[in-house]
Amino acid sequence: MKWLLVAITVVATALSDLLQSYELKRAGEQSVSARGIARLAATVARRRYLILSIVCLAFSFFAFMALVQSQPLSFAVPASAASFILETIAAKLVLREQVGPRRAAGTLLVLGGIILLAR
Amino acid sequence: MDQPRTARTYLLVLLFISLRGCGNLLLAWGTKRLPTVLGVHPAAYLQSIFDPAVAAGIAMLIFSLFTRMALLSIADLSFVLPVTAVGYVLAAVLGKFFLHEEVTALRWLAAFLIFAGVAVVGSTPQNTTKEALAK
Repeated sequence: MKWLLVAITVVATALSDLLQSYELKRAGEQSVSARGIARLAATVARRRYLILSIVCLAFSFFAFMALVQSQPLSFAVPASAASFILETIAAKLVLREQVGPRRAAGTLLVLGGIILLAR
Repeated sequence: MDQPRTARTYLLVLLFISLRGCGNLLLAWGTKRLPTVLGVHPAAYLQSIFDPAVAAGIAMLIFSLFTRMALLSIADLSFVLPVTAVGYVLAAVLGKFFLHEEVTALRWLAAFLIFAGVAVVGSTPQNTTKEALAK
């Protein structure tokens, strides 16, 4: 059950992030002021990819909630970070982001840290 | 480099990390107090929302979601992911102080690796798709 919850969290998080990153770049710069949040909420309601990303996020959230209830936070948080690799590769291949040697090296350092954190 | 935009990016990163860290902590603390085990029962989830700590945690996580969306509107996903990973260190520290979870020497080494990685990624351009979208 523990690993099933981790898998649901990881896959749903990756899908949600990809959809959000793609669609929000198209929607333009957003802010978190009171007006900015209202505008952002309206943008989410209008764009189907963002709505789909929220559905994915809901799956990820409830799986994560069940995970933190049964496991220590210091396991649940790093374990769900497996989405990191999946998302970085997808960012390069699907979103066409430039993941050069420096960014890849930094990402691997962070990933190494997250794996160590889970031990 | 566009200085105001860079400062804005890091301000959003800081806000996101703080909200998510506190939200996760409240959620973990609240769900551990619940009498029923969460799993496949939707009713148990709905009931859990009425716990004040869980409700506050959810509110903070919703605001953190909007903050992250604003961040993703100006920066690459492959930039945002590692830079916001400082939140994992915060989770371990909050877990130690509030939930009395153990933080070993290995975990402090992990924190160092994460900070080093964030510094390296932070030195790369934050948005590499602007030109592609403009075409």
